[in-house]
Amino acid sequence: MAQVTLTINGQAITADVEPRTLLVTFLREHLQLTGTHVGCDTTQCGACTILFNGDAVKSCTMLLVQADGGEVMTIEGVATGEKLHPVQEAFHVYHGLQCGFCTPGMVMRALDLLAKHPQPSEEEIRHQMEGNLCRCTGYHNIVAAVQAASGQTPVGH
Amino acid sequence: MYAFEYHRAADVADAVAELKRVTESKPLAGGMTLLPTCKMRLAAPSELVDLGAIAALKGIAVADAHVTIGAMTRHADVAASQELRAALPALCDLAAGIGDPQVRNRGTMGGSVANDDPAADYPSACLALAAIIVTDRREIAADDYFQGLFQTALEEDEIITAIRFPRPVCAAYEKFKNPASRYATVGVFVARFDDGVRVAVTGAGADGVFRASEIEQALSADFSPEAAAAITISPDAIASDMHGSAEYRAHLIPILAARAVEACK
Repeated sequence: MAQVTLTINGQAITADVEPRTLLVTFLREHLQLTGTHVGCDTTQCGACTILFNGDAVKSCTMLLVQADGGEVMTIEGVATGEKLHPVQEAFHVYHGLQCGFCTPGMVMRALDLLAKHPQPSEEEIRHQMEGNLCRCTGYHNIVAAVQAASGQTPVGH
Repeated sequence: MYAFEYHRAADVADAVAELKRVTESKPLAGGMTLLPTCKMRLAAPSELVDLGAIAALKGIAVADAHVTIGAMTRHADVAASQELRAALPALCDLAAGIGDPQVRNRGTMGGSVANDDPAADYPSACLALAAIIVTDRREIAADDYFQGLFQTALEEDEIITAIRFPRPVCAAYEKFKNPASRYATVGVFVARFDDGVRVAVTGAGADGVFRASEIEQALSADFSPEAAAAITISPDAIASDMHGSAEYRAHLIPILAARAVEACK
């Protein structure tokens, strides 16, 4: 067993875990933070994306022990109480989802993208979001939502 | 994943000592290849020796003649470094095209070079730029380092600490990427130095990354896209798989080399 101490959505957490415990397993099965989804489980689809020390990473391909001492933010930590974050609000307004399975990962990835590229072009958004797959192929409105969240008027709206 | 023990190395000496001490242990860098391999049960290390907390392995240092990049420097940091962009922009552009943003936020240069995937991007940069692979115990020239598919000159308990790249007159990397994995179906790195041109090809070689000597000779005599495009590469030593035949990959090599010459900066 290995002892891990980290911050998750602002809360300090200490746990004794098997070293092979994936970060996503700990979030979903130990903490019941089930907003972080597991899609492909092979680092491809991005449904499990969370922020680790501010960077979007795929939590299915990170061990919890690697997060020791760090800060994790999941989709549950994005809104302030009942008030949606502007990125969440934009996904809602522009209907940046169909079935919604990929949405938590899309939002987490968009948060990192907008922190590093505050005014991304449509092309930049598509390049920067390419680690997140939407099985409904609803990319058009996802890109529009990210553009809107950056304060730009989405193309075609 | 099979169960394993975990050791967070305090420094390089600690990591090497742990790798020597524990049979079947493996160093863990960003984990972008090793963890999926463990999840597929294709690897079953007894212990992972995590290099993630060793600050001395991270960072980019630009000098007049070369740039030195710590082995645990992430692709995202290589891509975003303004200092590196001013000295060796081809390396930033290469890093910006590895995998996807989430992978670039974890994956490291040392991890990629130690793994030596035949379709990885960095090995071509190391070979074309005549990089020096610096380890805990020695310095290895890139020409001697890459020895085949996933085969390198590294010993079992040897850790890459940094990679030192000579600064070329200009360089560029062109990748024809697999649209799903974004690994190179073929990738060509062209580096022009005062005393000649070096060209390395990834994704295509049946034995991994290799130097395209015919294209090097042509470009050393005439550094133009036309000179590169005029070369024909034999498909004999080229890999063939569901993503492209050997003939197709061989055909792409001079085309990508010509594009790289055009993009050289």
